[in-house]
Amino acid sequence: MNVTTDQPSAPVPAERLTVATVPMTVTSRSAASGSAGSVLTARRWMAVMAPLSAAVAVLLLICLQFGAQWIGLSQAMELLARSLREGSTEHETIGTIGVILVQVRLPRLLLGLLVGACLASVGVVLQALLRNPLADPYVLGVSSGAALGVSLAILLGMGTTFLALSVLPLCGFAGGLLSLVVVYRMAVSYGRLPIHSLLLAGVILNAIFSALIMFVTSIMEPNRSVGTMTWLMGTLTAPSYPALAVLALYLMIGLVLLLQQARVLNIMTLGEESARSLGIETEQVKRRIYVVSALITGAVVSVSGMIGFVGMVIPHAVRLVLGADHRLLMPASALVGGMYLMTADTVARTLLAPSEIPVGIVTALAGGPFFIYLLVWRKDRFA
Amino acid sequence: MSPPSVYRVHSLRFRYHATAHEETVWVVDGPTFDVQAGEILGIVGPNGSGKTSLLKLLGKVLRPQAGEVALLGRDLLTMPQREIARLVALVPQETQQIFPFTVVETVLMGRYPHHPGATWSAGFDWESADDLAVAQQAMEAADVAHLADRLVTDLSGGERQRCMIARALAQVPHVLLLDEPTSFLDLRHQIEICVIMRRLRDERGLTVVLVSHDLNLASQYCDRILMLKEGRLFRLGTPDEVISRDLIRAVYGCEVLVDRHPESGAPRVTLPGRNAGKAEVKAKV
Repeated sequence: MNVTTDQPSAPVPAERLTVATVPMTVTSRSAASGSAGSVLTARRWMAVMAPLSAAVAVLLLICLQFGAQWIGLSQAMELLARSLREGSTEHETIGTIGVILVQVRLPRLLLGLLVGACLASVGVVLQALLRNPLADPYVLGVSSGAALGVSLAILLGMGTTFLALSVLPLCGFAGGLLSLVVVYRMAVSYGRLPIHSLLLAGVILNAIFSALIMFVTSIMEPNRSVGTMTWLMGTLTAPSYPALAVLALYLMIGLVLLLQQARVLNIMTLGEESARSLGIETEQVKRRIYVVSALITGAVVSVSGMIGFVGMVIPHAVRLVLGADHRLLMPASALVGGMYLMTADTVARTLLAPSEIPVGIVTALAGGPFFIYLLVWRKDRFA
Repeated sequence: MSPPSVYRVHSLRFRYHATAHEETVWVVDGPTFDVQAGEILGIVGPNGSGKTSLLKLLGKVLRPQAGEVALLGRDLLTMPQREIARLVALVPQETQQIFPFTVVETVLMGRYPHHPGATWSAGFDWESADDLAVAQQAMEAADVAHLADRLVTDLSGGERQRCMIARALAQVPHVLLLDEPTSFLDLRHQIEICVIMRRLRDERGLTVVLVSHDLNLASQYCDRILMLKEGRLFRLGTPDEVISRDLIRAVYGCEVLVDRHPESGAPRVTLPGRNAGKAEVKAKV
């Protein structure tokens, strides 16, 4: 695909006339011979994103069938259609199977899509800012910081009312931001934190926060502490549609804010001094991105607990296939991350049906070995 | 109507963050000088004499604690970073890239200060045909056009360095700041980069400030040389005035031979012969 064909007769902009007194004459030959095959264009972006979006829809339909009870595709489609037509999700209109489908499976899958997309996007962003392909909200202790904030809120009884919608994510945000600030401070004091030091910082933060979380859960009422423990392991539970809509709105705004920084993130990977010399106010950009990342992580952790490795594995795999340009990498990782978590959650609730495995365990078992592989066999690329 | 001086630097002082109980030394300690339009100015000096810091101060990548810098008559410190980036391009000594960006993608990053995009679409601002053409010519100038679709992570040190120079040229700057531009380059590419520098200066009136350890390269290709010692300006002048046995002894603390280049007549620095060293050691014994 040749990029120059998009604008065959581009007018010479004024800037070139004033600044470039060089004979930088744009001959059509030199422009056409430019081997810019790897440059990202709107067309290539669509060529990747459209099939990926279709794949998300297909996967959603496939996953809807699985569970403690098998629901065939045609039956599922019919029930969904009826539910939509009648505008009801109640037992009277769609029956027991319909309720399972519409009130449990569908919202849970959509939540998985959302959570996976957010974790993968935050992973992409942290990797770019810390210039480290192994960064991930879970590994760096951001998730556990957020989890500590949320458990404290539960301990203080803020988690039972409907206000939880706003309070729990905010506590998660505070905890997540605290971890990010600590990790970032360490990175600053070393210039660029070498990979092993960064991981070590994450391990230590995780250890401290886990101890505090265990302390908090140990002094909770027993019935509440069991629920908290299950949530901590990383669990997706079917939300009500209004709650899902609020969460989706909130997270989508966060994702768009991150996506806006895509080009800036590209440049930040050159290092902060180079980024500044290219006209980026780096401190301002970092502050903004860290705050948005912590907000997203806080909200995600407050609804789904600690789901690990999605933020590291997915961006890594997508980058290998699609390249490093964040304008494509970030949205593609979001979709792939969503698909990954939907699949993992389907496995989690099907494998030992009718009982369930926390999805955090599935992602950790799948992602952990990949992490070790990267660290041991591909270390030449990160050292 | 280009102004006579691109930079006016006055009593510039910089040190890395001093803490309450620990005084750090001034890395750049009060140099005052001008950079003239269209000149190639070399900054030389021993290790730790503040060459790189001075260069970064000129690009406002570092902020000075005291002193003034004017860029084209405007106060550099109050100029927005993006405006500076349209006028000044900086190539650091080494750029580490761990993500698989291609060469052309990297070079196109140089177009960012000219087309940062609207706030609401900043993430999605596709490069225009004009951006691509400028990038293509920058790559040709730095001899990396044939590497356009290769990954920066797969390049050799010298290729990566030329890729970064191409990125700087894609900024279409008035001033090019180069930190040790030839340190990773083999002989052929060293000469090529110097030739490109001179050509851009002659054709475009580009001003170049470069830091170099290579006194011969500075003598051969720079119009003026600024010699730093412990952050202070020791001498600023033409190669003839600066590259001399006495000054090098005073600044670097070692003996060298200085004669003339057979073609250009510029001063040429040669390390002392083996026997000279032996004689000295013997004399000490």
